Amino acid sequence: MENFTPVSALLGGALIGFSVSLLLLLNGRMAGISGIMNGLFSAPKKEEVWRGLFLLGLILGAVIFQWLTDDSLTVRQGYPVLLIVVGGFFVGFGTRMGSGCTSGHGICGIASFSVRSISATVTFMLSGMVTVFVLKYLLGVVL
Amino acid sequence: MKTNLVALLAGILFGLGLALSQMIDPNKVLHFLDVSGNWDPSLAFVMMGALAVTMVSFRFIFKRTAPVLAEDFHVSKRSVINKPLIIGAGIFGTGWGMTGYCPGPAVASLGLFSVEGVLMVVAIYAGFFSHRWFAKANES
Repeated sequence: MENFTPVSALLGGALIGFSVSLLLLLNGRMAGISGIMNGLFSAPKKEEVWRGLFLLGLILGAVIFQWLTDDSLTVRQGYPVLLIVVGGFFVGFGTRMGSGCTSGHGICGIASFSVRSISATVTFMLSGMVTVFVLKYLLGVVL
Repeated sequence: MKTNLVALLAGILFGLGLALSQMIDPNKVLHFLDVSGNWDPSLAFVMMGALAVTMVSFRFIFKRTAPVLAEDFHVSKRSVINKPLIIGAGIFGTGWGMTGYCPGPAVASLGLFSVEGVLMVVAIYAGFFSHRWFAKANES
């Protein structure tokens, strides 16, 4: 567990919690990222602007962090492209079929004590763990 | 106008949170999912940090009849646990384990000029659009 970073994890998590709270208290919207992304190209025109701005903010947040910390974050290199393309497709398809992702079910849903969201969160966590196990230990793909 | 500004600000806070907690790093996420390896429980602490805030704030927010700047809350009232929920979550988890990206970090990683992030976002949208087609085909 030498990579464990509990303090920055809790603080970063709290920032995410504030973001989710702000969007719900002021705008009445749940910050489920997959839903916001999907709605960018399917919601009515006047709905698209706030979604676009939220996603732009997400990108800007990363830019600002890099600027404040002298580019402390590095980008992963050389990861198998096939895994990204197929895995990305599964993330998109699965989050629509299951109506949410880590933020929508995992944070907004659990904070609302929704059994539906808790079931989804347990399912994607377990399936993620099984997938990593199969890829790394059974198929020998380096992760 | 004001709601758009709030959306931008909320997005920035969310992105800062993902960067500070290093959840923007897909390898960090994979180390959380790799329970039998050199396990890194950080992701669980990110969720605890977020839930510590939202479990308290949601209580107060939902006492209101409406949000501050909009007419009503857009909140899912669904409670049914059905096949699409579980199968969908299972497919999402598989993609998450293959890549280390869920949708938030995939978008935020565009701010790091990650080529992988661009591929990931495009693939996610391909999944969204395929699901729309799949859902329509299943209706008829």
